[in-house]
Amino acid sequence: MKWAVVRFPGSLDDNDALYALHNVLGQDASLLWHKNESLGDVECIVLPGGFSYGDYLRCGAIARFSPIMKSIAKFAADGGLVLGICNGFQILCEAHLLPGALTRNQSLSFVCETVTVRVENCHTPFTRLMQHGDLLRLPIKHGEGCYIAPEQELRQMEEHGQVLLRYVDSDGRQSERGNPNGSMRSIAGIANERFNVFGLMPHPEHAVEVMLGGDDGLKILRSIAASAAG
Amino acid sequence: MRIKVFVTPRRGILDPQGRAVETALANLGFSGVSDVHVGRYIVLTLDAPSKAAAEETVRKMCEQLFANPTIEDYRFEVEPG
Repeated sequence: MKWAVVRFPGSLDDNDALYALHNVLGQDASLLWHKNESLGDVECIVLPGGFSYGDYLRCGAIARFSPIMKSIAKFAADGGLVLGICNGFQILCEAHLLPGALTRNQSLSFVCETVTVRVENCHTPFTRLMQHGDLLRLPIKHGEGCYIAPEQELRQMEEHGQVLLRYVDSDGRQSERGNPNGSMRSIAGIANERFNVFGLMPHPEHAVEVMLGGDDGLKILRSIAASAAG
Repeated sequence: MRIKVFVTPRRGILDPQGRAVETALANLGFSGVSDVHVGRYIVLTLDAPSKAAAEETVRKMCEQLFANPTIEDYRFEVEPG
């Protein structure tokens, strides 16, 4: 499968995403500078974590106007797969490719830890190799990961199965203790209505080798790769 | 024209910064304080043919960039000169 990882000024996790895709999974993955307007013949676009444009104004608010974002909006409208991780998730929300917004953690503190998330919908290109209720251990590192959306929109998203990942405690239960940032309904990752755009705050690309703490992130990346093949 | 834009968290949206400031004020002994919100203040100079034209432009700026309508409200002032 052909992947492109977009590099914005201030991206941090672009090389890790590339490493996970290319070195660990053997995928055809390359970097794309944010000023590129052509995406080439890629099948999945990754917007990586980091602090694009220094998080000025709001996280992702300025990156969404990068020249490449117009092409990505068209790519998504045509059904192309888009994965936004952390800052990438924030950019997708700012660009209205995903509903809702990510705001300051309820604690006002930056969180950096490994969390447990539960798979809530396995019938998507991003989760197809997992089962409903599977628990993943993934790292998070963010100051603005508190997911917010209007109540009516949240209800619709739940009904459509657009909540793909939810923060839970180590027993797999949704709880205040298991919610690291105060996200509404403990939401950790959501998809758009067509299920071809996925944003999540945890970092699958940082969880690809058991030696480095776990490889649950591969389940997400492999699901996407399998979606292209199938 | 001189433009002042005020962006604040939308009413009803969780505002942990506002709540932290409110707690700090209470700890300092300020009584009667409630409904504290922390927002953003943006100033800029804009060349525009009229006040109405400036307002129209600034409204677009707010909707496209300065505020995220999902979580924030905005208001602005346009001062001639």
